[in-house]
Amino acid sequence: MNQANRPNGKAPVEAHGFSVFYGSHEAVRRVDLAIAAGQVTAIIGPSGCGKSTFLRAVNRMNDLIPGCHTAGRLMFDGQDVYGGNVDAAALRRRIGMVFQKPNPFPKTIYDNVAYGPRLHGNLSRADLDAIVEESLRGAVLWDEVKDRLGKNALGLSGGQAQRLCLARALAVRPEVLLMDEPTSALDPKATARIEELIVELRGRYTIAIVTHNMQQAARVSERTAFFYEGNLVEYGATTDLFTRPRQKQTEDYITGRFG
Amino acid sequence: MRRTTRKLLDRALTLSACFAVALMAAFLLFVLAPILVKGASAYLFRATAEHRRMMRDQFGRGDAGQMRAERAAVLEARRPLYEAMAAFERELAEMPAARRRELRPAFQEVREGIARLLGPEPGAPLPALTRRLYGQTRWDRARIQADRILFEETWDYSGERGVRVRAPREPLFEGTALAPVFPMLRESLSPMLRPRLTFYPRFLTDKSFDAHFFGGIGPEVMGTVYLALGAMLIAVPLGIVAAIYFQEYARNGPMLSFLRSCVNTLAGVPSIVFGLFGLAFFINTLKVSPGKSVLAGALTLALLVLPTVIRASEEAIAAVPRSYKEAALALGAGQWRTILTVILPAALPGILTGTVISMGRAAGETAPIIFTAAVSVGRLIRPSELLAQPTPALSWNLYNLCTEHEAVDEIRHVQYGMAATLVAIVLLLNLTAIVIRARVARKLKG
Repeated sequence: MNQANRPNGKAPVEAHGFSVFYGSHEAVRRVDLAIAAGQVTAIIGPSGCGKSTFLRAVNRMNDLIPGCHTAGRLMFDGQDVYGGNVDAAALRRRIGMVFQKPNPFPKTIYDNVAYGPRLHGNLSRADLDAIVEESLRGAVLWDEVKDRLGKNALGLSGGQAQRLCLARALAVRPEVLLMDEPTSALDPKATARIEELIVELRGRYTIAIVTHNMQQAARVSERTAFFYEGNLVEYGATTDLFTRPRQKQTEDYITGRFG
Repeated sequence: MRRTTRKLLDRALTLSACFAVALMAAFLLFVLAPILVKGASAYLFRATAEHRRMMRDQFGRGDAGQMRAERAAVLEARRPLYEAMAAFERELAEMPAARRRELRPAFQEVREGIARLLGPEPGAPLPALTRRLYGQTRWDRARIQADRILFEETWDYSGERGVRVRAPREPLFEGTALAPVFPMLRESLSPMLRPRLTFYPRFLTDKSFDAHFFGGIGPEVMGTVYLALGAMLIAVPLGIVAAIYFQEYARNGPMLSFLRSCVNTLAGVPSIVFGLFGLAFFINTLKVSPGKSVLAGALTLALLVLPTVIRASEEAIAAVPRSYKEAALALGAGQWRTILTVILPAALPGILTGTVISMGRAAGETAPIIFTAAVSVGRLIRPSELLAQPTPALSWNLYNLCTEHEAVDEIRHVQYGMAATLVAIVLLLNLTAIVIRARVARKLKG
């Protein structure tokens, strides 16, 4: 692996010559990348560059797409994610995900957050209550919804709904949190709150965030990867990448010459 | 396309749409409205004293004391009529033979007519048929019956086409002791029968007597309910499982398109074919019951509505946002858990709507149950007999009463009552579907 693509310390997610194909189209091309534990890693790049595809490959969400297959190796915690005996559901429990559009279930706020914990074990009502509260506090939503936990989650505003989705993901206590453009459907104020939240979660979770918004990447992440046409062009500390890009393409992109 | 052509096409489409709507409105007005109005006359009508007497005898309803008093009053009002007939009979014996031959058959007709109108003469031996035990129970029928006594109906074939002629019988008996009977029938029928506006809601649940001459349509209603519920009990689980398979598991390919076209073809098969299939497969081959049974009928009806249930469920499942599924999977739910906990609950309003509408269809179908479940004369079926016994049902018995009954004309109110009840059941089911849909949709919106 290219030494520049390797952060110091532990890396729970590691890609080695990893490719993703849609049919015969290679959307992600032989990517070598390691995501550092306890840090926020931003993945940026123009539309269609394969950044979302890569992110969704980490928890095997691409399995839903017919004709999608992979090559190379993608390791999570020392195990190949696409290995023959990997249980995708168990894997996704350890790798949480927040999507582009807030997608709360048409259930109560409480049931939304409790959905994951309920799947994975028989918890007492008190334990469940504790997890729900802890997760909602973790997503800084508790104070806003604590009086209406029994209300339908579809009544929340966009920003609240996205934080609920985050709380829902946190409730299963994942090791890694994937965020696929989590603020692209939100207004600036709600976006700011989510960004604050990401900064707050830093250190406790390993976070990978795909974003269109370069300022956002600069604000919240410690490391940034720049994808272009399926290739990982440059990967390094966020400050380095934005101030002293090593590649011409990276410089062109961050200075707004394309994308 | 040129602008004028487009405008023309647009207008043509609008027109045909308006025409379709108008056609539907006309259907409601000209078909449904009379059915409901005439059907209502099975529930609300002017009942005669004979109706109350029948109710007392057959169902044990009504106050005995009042009934006796009414019976006495009615008989008192009829006494002059019977006395006139008795006097005429004596007179007849003394008439010249030629005159007697002329009058006797006519008198017989009058006498029989009066027995039909008012019931058997006091003191006469009781007839065997239940329907002959009572006079006309409904005032509208009583008026018609009185008219039949007053006028003789004959056909005049002297012209090119036969013409119906109504000849009054009164002149024939002029000057005899029977003459006062005719004005009595014309003018004082009311005290003889005492019509009273009666609401008879138990028409819906009462059993019937003597081939539907008296009583209600309870066995038919229950049969329809059992058949429709049974069909849904079988079709809905199957349909939902099939819809889940089509939407969530099946891979696109020739197999899937083949199965889909099977389902669509099934939806287009004439219902009588389903009836024959039910007889051949469920009864003759699988032998689910020794003969016709509610079970066999419900299985056949289930097959008939299965395509509708599958399609409605499929549409409902397809309409569930993909993002729900993604969210559940991302939380570590397996596919089956995702379907059970997220997709099915979200698809429920659509599935329920489809189910209830299919139930209306199952309730109204006639052809599939002719060979598999329906009998024209039957009693109220008990739940324990559902597996092996046939049942009367609204759809089939309505057809049967309208076409094969010995006195089609005399039980019009029962026929319309059945039709209106069936229409009301189906409308009610569809209304329920709309309400369920609206309520669940509101709940889902939060």
